[in-house]
Amino acid sequence: MTAAAQRSATVLRAARPASMRRDRRRALFWSYVFLIIFVIFFLTPPIYMLITSLKTSAEISAATNPWWVFAPTLQNYIELLTSPVYLTFFRNSAVVSVLVVVISMLVSIPAAFSLSRMRFWGSTTLATGVFLTYLIPDTLLFIPLFKIFAFLHDLTGIEFINHWWVLIIIYPTLTIPFCTWIMIGYFSSIPKELDEAALMDGAGYMQTLIMIFIPVALPGIIAATIFAFTVSWAQFLYPLAFTTSADQLVLPVGIVTTLIKGDVFNWGQIMTGALLGAAPPLVIYAFLMDYYIAGLTAGATKG
Amino acid sequence: MAEVTLRQVTKTYDDTPAVRGIDLEILDKEFVVLVGPSGCGKSTTLRMIAGLEDITGGEILVGGAVINDVPPKDRDIAMVFQNYALYPHMTVYENMSFGLRLKKVAKDEIRVRVENAARILDISALLERKPKQLSGGQRQRVAMGRAIVRNPKVFLFDEPLSNLDAKLRVQMRIEIKRVHQKVRTTTIYVTHDQVEAMTLADRVVVMNDGLIEQVGAPNDLYHAPKTKFVAGFIGSPAMNFAPCKLEEMAGGLQVRLNEDIAFPVPQGRAGRYRPHLHRSDLLFGLRPEHILERRSQPEPNLHAFDVTLEVTEPMGMETLVYFRVNGTEVCGRVNPNAGAKAGAPMRLVADLNNMHLIDDASGKVL
Repeated sequence: MTAAAQRSATVLRAARPASMRRDRRRALFWSYVFLIIFVIFFLTPPIYMLITSLKTSAEISAATNPWWVFAPTLQNYIELLTSPVYLTFFRNSAVVSVLVVVISMLVSIPAAFSLSRMRFWGSTTLATGVFLTYLIPDTLLFIPLFKIFAFLHDLTGIEFINHWWVLIIIYPTLTIPFCTWIMIGYFSSIPKELDEAALMDGAGYMQTLIMIFIPVALPGIIAATIFAFTVSWAQFLYPLAFTTSADQLVLPVGIVTTLIKGDVFNWGQIMTGALLGAAPPLVIYAFLMDYYIAGLTAGATKG
Repeated sequence: MAEVTLRQVTKTYDDTPAVRGIDLEILDKEFVVLVGPSGCGKSTTLRMIAGLEDITGGEILVGGAVINDVPPKDRDIAMVFQNYALYPHMTVYENMSFGLRLKKVAKDEIRVRVENAARILDISALLERKPKQLSGGQRQRVAMGRAIVRNPKVFLFDEPLSNLDAKLRVQMRIEIKRVHQKVRTTTIYVTHDQVEAMTLADRVVVMNDGLIEQVGAPNDLYHAPKTKFVAGFIGSPAMNFAPCKLEEMAGGLQVRLNEDIAFPVPQGRAGRYRPHLHRSDLLFGLRPEHILERRSQPEPNLHAFDVTLEVTEPMGMETLVYFRVNGTEVCGRVNPNAGAKAGAPMRLVADLNNMHLIDDASGKVL
């Protein structure tokens, strides 16, 4: 904003009638009230987890104030981070999530491009079909998937159950439809003239996709990436159903199955494991969100 | 450099015809403007030449070769779009060099060509900026630069100035003309603005309803329109049309608008008009600039008549006056000092050297 524009903005604000200022104050007041309620509601569980993760088992079972740590210790963290089995869960989760993101992007970017730009017979029906796929609840899908894997096992002799890499086959069935759908929306918002200009400049479909669409739709692609990563990192039901051996487990299932021994809940370590497990998505959000929002607002207004 | 030929070109969307068979010869280095109201098929025609739309029927030739089935990238045609269509993530330099980089032109050669085009368009200082840091006029220049660097056979412009404000539009209009004089490439330009068409074109193609109404030099279209549509479309304010009768009078013919107003037909035209004597479906056409204030000296074929003015619009250099003849609103352009006043009677003269007689049924100018 130029100095002159700023000055005129101040003048405008000063000229605003008092009732409008009062209105604005009231709106702000209620905004804060609800935001604070919202923040307390959503941050209480993680804070409780953090407090518990810093306690010894003895302190947790003693009936002291649950919101205060009297003898803070990093014992839970040290034990988990030096336990080979926890690190295996972590590695499995990381490898699965990264590969699922890569596969989802490799499939859904070209899919979205062709569905939004190349008009061909049945393209609109296919686009709707992609979305409908996403509407089917995951919980209904794992039994048929199990059946398919059993059938493939009979056919090929390859064991599809109890391997961490099976998840790399399963998760894209959840992520690709949604990622494709978001990106169809993003690609459709790119003006048609842009690919026509590229076409006139001599670019083929692949060149238009790679050199024009992907850079221009980067915010959308990042949104889809975040989504795919979150889905595969946090997925619980599928790994629970498809993997059983300790060395094949991913983080969410691993924490629950190995840290609960019979009816003994090792609360300190469960909380620590969950907190550490939540860290990678948090880091990714923190880094990409900035970029994501910058991308969303850049050039949004004319001029 | 190439000539462009359209032979019986048609375009049908599903069942709706957009272009209904047009023939057009565009010469090498010529600047041709396609003009017409929205939906007349001018943009569709341009997009067919570009290769962005399939051709339903007929053929298009560039430089003597049929290009119907040649993909756009092999046609060697550059296009400037209405909304500029600059690649938002590339700098001006990258935008302009994109086509050349795809063609794997040597880096040094690209630099020379881009800098050259930038100099012609006066955007040398902007080469490292992104499109969103540019004003509308600058973006338009970059879009033109992107076309120029490729040194194509044909330039296509699709309403390139309609996103600019009025003042900038005039400036860019001159700019486009200047660029064409420098690079001398065959240019096809689409607009709905008849002023742009008149000022830019070597030849104007007036289109209406998927057909070509008339092709001609700007002044020919203005002075000798072939149809009522062209007569009404070219010129601003638009030509006045009033129902009339052609009558015999002593020593020639006259057009009668009503009991009070009748104008003698100039001698040169009497022969041409005579076969249409006594027809009831004729229109008399006269441009506002040919309805003037009274002269002090009588001049040949200037004929006075009296009206009562309804509205006056002072424009500074002239005053537009509006009155009714048989219920039809008629506009005239008079000297601002002629004393025109709304509601007052005024004596005006009609310049019959510039009159037109139109067959209302066929729409043809007789």
